[in-house]
Amino acid sequence: MERGAVLGRLTWQLAEVVEVVAETARVRSLALRVPAWPGHRPGQHLDIRLTSDDGYQAQRSYSIASGPEDPRVTITVEKIDDGEVSPYLVDELRVGDRVEIRGPIGGYFTWTATDGGPLLLIGGGSGVVPLMAMLRHRGASAATVPAALLYSSRTYDDVIYRAELERIMTADRSARIVHTLTRSQPAGWTGFRRRIDRDMLAEVAPSAADHPLAFICGPTRLVENAAETLTELGYAAARIKTERFGPTGG
Amino acid sequence: MDPLDMRLDGNAAAGLLMDIFGHEMTADVTICGACRAENPIGRLHVYAHGMGTVMRCPNCGTMQMKVAQIRGRYFVEARGVRTLRVSR
Amino acid sequence: MSTGFISRGFRGRRAAAPDASRLPPGQHLDPGFPVLSAGPTPRVPLEKWDLRVDGKVARPQRWTWEQFLALPHETPRVDIHCVTKWSKLDTNWDGVSLDTILEPAEPIGAYLIAHCDGDYTTNLSLEDVTDGKAWIVFGYEGDPLPPEHGGPARLLVPHLYFWKSAKWVRRLEVVDEDEPGFWESAGYHMRGDPWKEERYSGD
Repeated sequence: MERGAVLGRLTWQLAEVVEVVAETARVRSLALRVPAWPGHRPGQHLDIRLTSDDGYQAQRSYSIASGPEDPRVTITVEKIDDGEVSPYLVDELRVGDRVEIRGPIGGYFTWTATDGGPLLLIGGGSGVVPLMAMLRHRGASAATVPAALLYSSRTYDDVIYRAELERIMTADRSARIVHTLTRSQPAGWTGFRRRIDRDMLAEVAPSAADHPLAFICGPTRLVENAAETLTELGYAAARIKTERFGPTGG
Repeated sequence: MDPLDMRLDGNAAAGLLMDIFGHEMTADVTICGACRAENPIGRLHVYAHGMGTVMRCPNCGTMQMKVAQIRGRYFVEARGVRTLRVSR
Repeated sequence: MSTGFISRGFRGRRAAAPDASRLPPGQHLDPGFPVLSAGPTPRVPLEKWDLRVDGKVARPQRWTWEQFLALPHETPRVDIHCVTKWSKLDTNWDGVSLDTILEPAEPIGAYLIAHCDGDYTTNLSLEDVTDGKAWIVFGYEGDPLPPEHGGPARLLVPHLYFWKSAKWVRRLEVVDEDEPGFWESAGYHMRGDPWKEERYSGD
């Protein structure tokens, strides 16, 4: 990659918040207009830097939730109790505010339609964010690669992008969205109601014989267990990509 | 909080490595000097200690790289990496 | 450090300092007790734990956990200062003075290297850890020291930056020359006096 292109991604630039969407009680999506955005691959993230008026700075990384076809760059942030940055992004930032970002960053945990499939996406909590970028890109590029998302949340109200995932499932016969709710389930819930385990993966995951590409993102324990199980189910190690997602300082 | 949550992965070091080496590094493969395990940098265990970033072999825990950023300069130790396989 | 765009309404997590004279330059108070780790938390069963003093000493020493706990304890109350700029005032510990640990060994060298579970090391001068300036502690705020904070036992050297208070300490090797440890070889100061703001080599 050209050095100039790399330096561009490393340079802080000002983005403007153009839309704010409350996804759940603790999770908010921020759509950003980034004037010099070079484009990105689904799975990449951006860095945000906040500066207080006495010069104190804090910096965090957030996965990009939007696909590259979307002219706005969207991130989805979960508010961490006692966090330093996430409460500001979830509770304080408003449409019209500007924020310093740089990116896109990341190369290992990315997928574009030309990478093929079939695709197995496994997400825990806010780990679903980079996987959503992949699904959105897949939809926008009219890719026919079969895709399955296994998404673990604590409760029905914690499911991020719930309505959009339902629409994807209804509109696209080659996309499967499977939820598991681990802490409590609404009346009449017929889906999974436990942590992701080997039996669940054996049921949901495409057969290893199809050489699927797997992307797993969530808390460390979920990611480690799922990756190990997929290996046991015959998935090639090089076709299992993982990203540990979660509070790293708030 | 699960103590495992303190541990990140190489994806969390992507920005830092790009700052230092000028390239996207997370898909490059390290061969551990202690146990010979091969892993893309994205899969290394990363401890973002406030004083620096420590990257460890996911197989044996041996430190692969340590990076401290001090007044605009980087101190990079990479003794634990036997070989780095780079694709461009 | 670049200046950055001022983010409307952002304050961060810092608490106001009640008594600024107790904070070394550049430090702020943190209401919690941040856990900084360079690796997984070591888990050593107490029946396998020992503490050794060796190297340039006349009489190498070794204590099992029971023997270590049988040594005279103290309960220092001290302020601690991390080089990452957070400080905590009036922290309470339970432990054994390094004078008690080093005296029977009769050190010959003037420095030591603290070796810890999890491959961490740090270097100290004997002058900085004797005459009541340092301890090996096993209790924090009345409870056993939690593993993520260095339990079962860690060094406590409060007059230096807290990276010198090495977690999971197992061996003090006395040496003739000051040798840089884990962070000292990566650009941090060899001594680390927060009142002189000795954060990085060359400070």
